[in-house]
Amino acid sequence: MTFSLFIEQLLNGVQLGVMLFLMAAGLTLVFGIMNLINLAHGSLYMAGAFFAATVFQISGSFLLAVPIAVALTALVGGVVERAVLRQFYARSHLDQVLVTFGLILVFNDAVRLIWGVVPVPLAPPEALAGSVHLFGGVDYPAFRLAILGVGALVALGLYFVVSHTRIGMWIRAGASNRPMASALGVDVELVFSLVFSAGAGLAGLAGLMAGPITAVQVGMGEPILILALVVTVIGGIGSIRGAFVAALMIGVGDTFGRVLLPPALGSMAIFMLMAAILAWRPKGLFPVHG
Amino acid sequence: MKLTIRAIAFAGAATSALLATIPAQAQAPLKIGFVTSLSGPEGVIGRDLLDAFNLALKDGGNTMGGRPVQVVTGDDQVKPDVGRQVVDKMLDSDKVDILTGINFSNVLLAVVKPIMDSGKFYISPNAGPSQLAGKQCNAHLFSVGFQNDNNFEGLGKYLKEKGLKKIYFLAPNYPAGKDMLTGFKRYFGEPMQSEVFTAMGQLDYSAEIAQLRAAKPDAVVMFYPGGMGINFVKQYAQAGLMSQIPLYTGPGTVDQTTLGAIGDAAVGMYTGAMWSEFLDNAASKKFAADFEAAYNRIPSQYAAQAYDTGHILQSAVDAVGGKIDDKAAFRKALENVKFDSVRGHFKFNTNHFPIQDYYLVQVEKDSKGRLVSSLREKIMSDLADAYSGDCAMPAQ
Repeated sequence: MTFSLFIEQLLNGVQLGVMLFLMAAGLTLVFGIMNLINLAHGSLYMAGAFFAATVFQISGSFLLAVPIAVALTALVGGVVERAVLRQFYARSHLDQVLVTFGLILVFNDAVRLIWGVVPVPLAPPEALAGSVHLFGGVDYPAFRLAILGVGALVALGLYFVVSHTRIGMWIRAGASNRPMASALGVDVELVFSLVFSAGAGLAGLAGLMAGPITAVQVGMGEPILILALVVTVIGGIGSIRGAFVAALMIGVGDTFGRVLLPPALGSMAIFMLMAAILAWRPKGLFPVHG
Repeated sequence: MKLTIRAIAFAGAATSALLATIPAQAQAPLKIGFVTSLSGPEGVIGRDLLDAFNLALKDGGNTMGGRPVQVVTGDDQVKPDVGRQVVDKMLDSDKVDILTGINFSNVLLAVVKPIMDSGKFYISPNAGPSQLAGKQCNAHLFSVGFQNDNNFEGLGKYLKEKGLKKIYFLAPNYPAGKDMLTGFKRYFGEPMQSEVFTAMGQLDYSAEIAQLRAAKPDAVVMFYPGGMGINFVKQYAQAGLMSQIPLYTGPGTVDQTTLGAIGDAAVGMYTGAMWSEFLDNAASKKFAADFEAAYNRIPSQYAAQAYDTGHILQSAVDAVGGKIDDKAAFRKALENVKFDSVRGHFKFNTNHFPIQDYYLVQVEKDSKGRLVSSLREKIMSDLADAYSGDCAMPAQ
C-alpha cells in the first residue's frame, strides 16, 4: 500500500466514522439519559434521506433540503416520543425493544406507501458532485469531504453544548443520575423531549448526508443501526465523547479490515474489536454511569 | 333434540346443494404459488416479477388448459428460512399445483428439496444456481431466466476479444457472486488482476474503490444486485472513475429497478444481458408496450423473464389440457414448449436450463430523457451452460 493510498483509505475510514458518529450521538444520549433502547433510530435516518430527496426534487436546492429535512425528522422524532415512547421509559428493555422494532415495521411500510418500493434518486449538489485533487495525487470525492466537515462541526457543536451550557449540564446530570437530577429541579420530561428530538434530527442529518452516496430506499436504516449500536456500546452508553472515539475506531477499523483481511475476516473485524474492548472494559471506553 | 335433528337436516340439505353446484363448474382452478421478495429493498424486484407474470396471465385470459388460474403470493424477504416457511405453507395448506417466483439463488437452494419431494413442478423466473444446472438437476425443475454464469460468460468472451488484460472483479460473497466470476473466467481464460468479495448488503465501497483505482485495471467487472449496485455505481461515479475505467456488470445491477435511483451517474455503463427493451422482435415489442401501458414504467430484465415464465406455463398447461397431474406428459410439454419468447428464440437444454443469445447493452438517455439500456451488439449465440454435462436427468 502506497502512502497516498494509505491516506485515502484513512480519509475513507474517518468519513465512515463521522457518519456513524452522527447516528450514534442520538442513540447514546437517548439510551444513556432515558434508559430507552430505540431500535427505530435507523428509521429516522431513513426519514431524513427521504425528506431531503423530496425537498431537493421540488426545490432543486440541496442547501434548502438540509435544514428542512433535519427539522422534519426532529418533528417526527418528537411526535413518536410523545405519542408512543413516553409510555415505555419505565418498562423493561425487552418491552422497549419490541415496541421500537414494531416502529421499524410501521416506518418502513409508511415510507413504502408514500414513496413506493423503487429507491428514490438523491444526487449530491452540483458544486460537490465531482472529486477534489488533494496532495500526493489523491483524488477524493468532494461530497465525502463535505460529510467529514459536517461531522466535525456537529461533533464540536455537541461538545460545546454538552460541556459548556446549562442544557448540557442537565443532560450530563440526567445521564449520570436521573433521580437526583430530577430531585434537584431539572425538568426531566422537557430534557427527554429535547434530547430525543435532537437525536432524531442528527439521525436525519446522517441519513440525508448518506443519501447521495448510497441508495435511498426502504430499510436503509437497519444496516447502519447495527454499526451505530456497536459504536454506542464500545464508547460507553450515554457518553458523547465515547461515541466519537468509538465511531472513528469502527470507521477506520472497518475500512482497513475490509482492505487488508480476507473477506470473511474483514467483515468480522469490528465485532472482534468490540468483543476485545468489552472484555477489557465491560462498560465501554468512557462509562458514564458510575 | 328436535333442534339438533333440524340442524342436521339443514346441514345435509346445504351440503347437497353445494355438491350439486360442483359439476356445473368446468374444472378446479389451477393454483400457482408465487414466492418472491416483496418487502424490504429487494421488494422492487419481486414487484417487477409479479407484475410481468400477471401481465402474461392476462394474455391467456387468466385461464390455462381450460382451468381458471389463481395466483397465491408469498414474501420470502430474501431470507432462505422465511422462503422455506412460505413454501411449506403453500404446499400444505394452500395446496398449490405449481410454484414459481423466487429471485435469489440462496432462497431457491433452500426450498428446492421440499418442492421436489412434494412432486410439484418449480419454474424459476430468475435464480439459476450452478448446483441445480449440474449434479442436482431435477425432472420437475425448469429455469427460464439463465444459469447464473451465463451473462458473465458473454462478458468474458467479449472482453477477451477486445484484448483487455487487467480485469478487476467485485461481487458480494454469496453463491451467485461466485457463479458469475466462474462464468467470466471460463470464457476470459486468464486470471483476474484481482477478485474481491464483499459482505452481502454492504453500503460503503469507498475502500474497495480506492484499492481498485490504485491497481489501474483495464476494466472493472462487478455484480452487485439491487441496493448494493446503487451504492457502488454512485460511489464509482463520484470517485471520477466512470470516464477513466470502463465498468461492466451483469443482470439485476443496472436496470429499470435501479436506474431511477442511480440517476445520470450510470450513463455509459455496460451490462451483459439476455434481453433489452430494444430487441427487435414482435413478442418483445408487445411486452414492452403492454407493460408500460399497464404499469406506467419501463420493464426490467426481471420482468421480461417472468413474462416468459407465464407464457411457458400457459403453453405447457394448454398442451396437456390442464391435466398437470399427468406429470410425465406435463414435463414433456414443458421440455418441448413452443411460445413467442421476448428473447426471440429460446429453448430448454437437457438440464432444463435455457439455450439462448446474450447481448451487450449500454445505459443512455432516450429521447424523453429517461435512462434506458440500449442494445449494442450480440456477444453470444445459442449459449448453453457449462453444467448440463454433469446432469443425469432422472426419467421421473
